[in-house]
Amino acid sequence: MHIPDGFLDARTAAATAGLSLAGVGFALRQARRHVPPRNVPLMGLTAAFVFAAQMLNFPVAGGTSGHLMGAVLVGVLLGPSAAVVVLTSVLIVQCLLFADGGVLALGANVLNMALVAALSGYAIHRAVRRLFPGERGWFLAVAFAAWCSTVLASICCAGELAWSGTVSWSAGFPAMANVHMLIGLGEGLITALVLAAIRRTRPELIDHNESARTGLGEVLVYGLVVAAVLALFVAPFASPWPDGLEKVAAALGFGHQAAVRSLVPSPWAGYRLAGIGSAAAATALAGAIGTAVAFGLAFLLARAIVPVAKSRKPPLPQA
Amino acid sequence: MRLELLGRYSRLQSPVHRTKASAKLLLALAAVLAVVLTPVGSAWPLAAVALVLLAAAALSRIPPAQLGKRVLLLEPFALGVAALSVLQPHGAAVFLTVLAKSTLCLCAMVLFSAVTPFSDLLQLMRRARVPALMVTVLALMYRYLSVLLDEADRLKRARASRTFVRRRWLAWTSLASVAAQLFVRSSERGERIYAAMRARGWR
Repeated sequence: MHIPDGFLDARTAAATAGLSLAGVGFALRQARRHVPPRNVPLMGLTAAFVFAAQMLNFPVAGGTSGHLMGAVLVGVLLGPSAAVVVLTSVLIVQCLLFADGGVLALGANVLNMALVAALSGYAIHRAVRRLFPGERGWFLAVAFAAWCSTVLASICCAGELAWSGTVSWSAGFPAMANVHMLIGLGEGLITALVLAAIRRTRPELIDHNESARTGLGEVLVYGLVVAAVLALFVAPFASPWPDGLEKVAAALGFGHQAAVRSLVPSPWAGYRLAGIGSAAAATALAGAIGTAVAFGLAFLLARAIVPVAKSRKPPLPQA
Repeated sequence: MRLELLGRYSRLQSPVHRTKASAKLLLALAAVLAVVLTPVGSAWPLAAVALVLLAAAALSRIPPAQLGKRVLLLEPFALGVAALSVLQPHGAAVFLTVLAKSTLCLCAMVLFSAVTPFSDLLQLMRRARVPALMVTVLALMYRYLSVLLDEADRLKRARASRTFVRRRWLAWTSLASVAAQLFVRSSERGERIYAAMRARGWR
């Protein structure tokens, strides 16, 4: 999902960089206040761990393989603010050291894979856990949150590409969303299995974070950042009102972007005339079915993991 | 092997290597920005940037094959995203433009990362007043990246030498426990590093 350079125009790069700077700046402030100095080396090592763990290839059907992305994994292990800082440093190193992901697109990549993925994943994990208490509910929450975070990040990515006029929404969104709905299943499975294995050997690494409460300020600012991303990059395309984007463009004073977008005439215009209601409804329905299926699979996975985890886990003495 | 990964050519002696890291970063950013801002259909700015990059690569005395290999290694990602644009009307033109642009940007960044030691970038960030926590996390990540990659290799080798059954579920669960073990070891290493840092007067 790393966007290379050349795919985003300067306007999108600037907008995403601004939002990322705000989000990461706030995360750094929160982390400096709430992460004890003892855990600062742990953050650096977790960043290196995410990078190394991404080198482990999990076999998928037909000779292909997938790897961990780790947004929810790090969020659960370190908490949301530290996770944003850790994932941002992973992306910075990948960009500057390995030229993986563009340097002008760094803002967009941080926005999708560090901010949206980690924060939405963490929020969904907390929400599902509240509904389904117990150990099984915990794994259900982890797997489902990992799936959601992958899909949400990919949708934001498609929105940014469409904003730049590189890949039109009607072509990019179904492709990105469908592929990542499948990739997300793998991500959910890996995240749940890795966390189950960590819980089996060192439960205190996870439990000390479980009691942590998210402050009101964190909820507000992070919610605002994610909402701004969705409102800016996804809502204009997904809304049933055809002139949503033009209204936003006029309000924010960059009407020239219409010219940029018209470089790529999209069949979306035809959809509008043919009855946008049905197209939007079909998309919403497909999304709802996909989410329900992922939730069901996460539920089955949690049922598969927990008996194993219970039978193999003797009560450890507190270290 | 890991040392090659982490900047084997970044300490050569050449005019490009001797240039200050800030100047190199600005030049790389300028090249990328010039490529991105080039409108569809005009090739002259792209050709100019390509010439500058070629000259810089020649001056840097890095074996061209090595640079080419790095670019080819990363090209599939650009190709994958660009493939999405084929699906739309006028896709072929957009596809070619976008591919040319992203390949040029990729070359610029590969060259930049090959001629700039990461420690210089960390110094640059510190001077540019990037928050200290960010720089510390980046420095620690860079320092322990090769250590953890080697550790992951050892864990994988140990698992491979003990696993005789080829079952997909087993492959997933055992790889997951390799990853989990890697995290547990990283966190233990983190505790030792903290003790060592404190012993040397950190904070």
